[in-house]
Amino acid sequence: MNPEQEFPIRRVIDEQGQLVGDRSQVSDAQLKDFYQWLVTLRQFDQRAWNLQRQGRIGTYPPYSGQEATQVGVVAALSHDDWICGSYRDWAALAYAGVPLHYPLLNSMGHAIAGHIPEQVQALPVQVVIAAQILHAVGLAWAAKLQEQNRVAVTFFGDGATSQGDFHEALNLASVMQVPVIFVCENNQWAISVPLNRQMHSPTIAQRALAYNIEGIRLDGNDIVAVYQTMREVVERVRSGQGPVLIEAVTYRLGAHTTADDPTRYRPPEEDEQRRRGEPLSRLQNYLQRSGLLSQDDISSIDEMAKETVDEAVQTAEAYPAASLAETFEHVYGELSESLREQRAASVRGGAAHG
Amino acid sequence: MGSLTMIQAINQALALAMERDARVMVLGEDVGRNGGVFRATDGLMDRFGRDRVVDTPLAESAIVGSAVGLAIGGMRPVAEIQFLGFIYEAMDQIGTQASRMRFRSHGRYHVPLVIRAPFGGGVRTPEIHSDSLEAIFAHIPGVKVVVPATPYQAKGLLLAAIEDPDPVLFLEPMRLYRSMREEVPDDWYEVALGQARLVQAGDHVTIVAWGPMVPVAQAAAGLVAGDGIVSEVIDLCTISPWDSSTVIESVRKTGRAVIVHEDQRQNGFGAEVAATIQEQAFLSLEAPVLRVTGYDTPFPVPMVEDLWLPDANRVADAVRQTVAY
Repeated sequence: MNPEQEFPIRRVIDEQGQLVGDRSQVSDAQLKDFYQWLVTLRQFDQRAWNLQRQGRIGTYPPYSGQEATQVGVVAALSHDDWICGSYRDWAALAYAGVPLHYPLLNSMGHAIAGHIPEQVQALPVQVVIAAQILHAVGLAWAAKLQEQNRVAVTFFGDGATSQGDFHEALNLASVMQVPVIFVCENNQWAISVPLNRQMHSPTIAQRALAYNIEGIRLDGNDIVAVYQTMREVVERVRSGQGPVLIEAVTYRLGAHTTADDPTRYRPPEEDEQRRRGEPLSRLQNYLQRSGLLSQDDISSIDEMAKETVDEAVQTAEAYPAASLAETFEHVYGELSESLREQRAASVRGGAAHG
Repeated sequence: MGSLTMIQAINQALALAMERDARVMVLGEDVGRNGGVFRATDGLMDRFGRDRVVDTPLAESAIVGSAVGLAIGGMRPVAEIQFLGFIYEAMDQIGTQASRMRFRSHGRYHVPLVIRAPFGGGVRTPEIHSDSLEAIFAHIPGVKVVVPATPYQAKGLLLAAIEDPDPVLFLEPMRLYRSMREEVPDDWYEVALGQARLVQAGDHVTIVAWGPMVPVAQAAAGLVAGDGIVSEVIDLCTISPWDSSTVIESVRKTGRAVIVHEDQRQNGFGAEVAATIQEQAFLSLEAPVLRVTGYDTPFPVPMVEDLWLPDANRVADAVRQTVAY
């Protein structure tokens, strides 16, 4: 078997912005809306990077390059479907309805950033690599047991596929036949370790074969391929046909986090070549080519995005500071005697003692 | 009311909980058709079906990790880890996931999950099957740790654990599963988590124990009674959060304390109890607080197991030592 032939990359719009497939499942209006989101999210990501450099926020993990996958996946979900992502999935959460100032609050160190607003069915971003994949299996399982007609989607990176939790999750989901969609954002790098040091297999999608579930490989920088594929996958999974593994081939345009310097480990030639396919310019090229986007549109969308991002920054910076006392509030449903004493002591500014 | 062993009391508690609340489900290795390797879940699959009594793949992290999702998604999972010594495979899902979901989500989500696991020595198991790891979990904020010592306690504590909104490690002393019978009410009752139990009252010394060491502490109290020493024996029942008030009140009365646990001494939970006693009852103390524990080695091979485990004589010696101080 040749895995790359067995799992061909699904693509609708190519790197130059040419239509190379069928895009009948996405309207012009939807595409323009996607474009607006991608512009806003990209501007936000760059602003967040700058805010960290200015010392206004702490460590931030940029998602630039991965917006098409995150937005395209979430766009195919219903409001009560579950989303379980990692620390790099703020674009997915933002599209799902989490206000844009949340990732800033998170990087500033506000506890409230973990409290996903009630109207969004998502878990807080998860830091330990691959752990959330099992949570998604459990959420999908709970939905199946309660006949809720919901699916769960989980995002993770290529590095996560080396973890035991990834394999345990695919196996369990397959055995229990629960409605979960595993979305691997294969961005080629796990901090400094390239994909070919992560695994010897040519594709991630082929791992689905071992668990007897469907595996799909697609161009994660092509939002049309992501969205259209996800629409059909969500429908199948929702109807009870078992879990699906999607490998979205993409590229991390930036550093792992603001604390990382990718020039230490990424060959410039490869970097340059990978960048050419990035999702935002690709969509813009396509829309311009097809006469769906004028130069004026581009300017006004840029302007609107800037306003949106400005607002998010203002909201985050005006947010009241977190308190040490609230740290004690959500450890358990009820404060133990000992925690009550420690909280009282912390407010007095001293250590708890007898 | 019936005279039940601990394993029967646990089985009855699980059946009652599943009968009362359709969200309660049991999952783990061999818990279904086989009814669990100790028969804790015997008969449950026939009664409640394969959707609610689930034989999972052999993967501890998957059991706990998926149970976190099940719990957030509206179920009340009771997961079984076949032996506590194997729980390291699920450590991340307990120590940074189940335990922190409430905290991480700033109160939006919580994880009503019970993880049952048999533990402790005295039954000549192969390697890893006997380890006592309660102190490791007592160190993790966000989980509760419960260790029953009798059939009555086991049923009431397990029902309280299933009703609890937070993750509970429910550690079952293997050697007490069938070692005694006790009258256990047929109906639902709860024994509150976080409350110690006065096993016997006394004035001369306080012996603090939990789980498998409670009968040992009682036997030791019997031995020293012949010397005219009247011991107060306290069963902590819950290690985290633990009932320090009951212990402190007792030590203020007796002025002496001996803490007994099967787990190794270094950083064992006894150290926490001893430190708290000296912080809060220092002026009442007539003697140093002593600990009788397993040694700081891995749990030993079966041929020396009985010598390694704290027994009534070692505890009685410590009691005499503290009284004679």
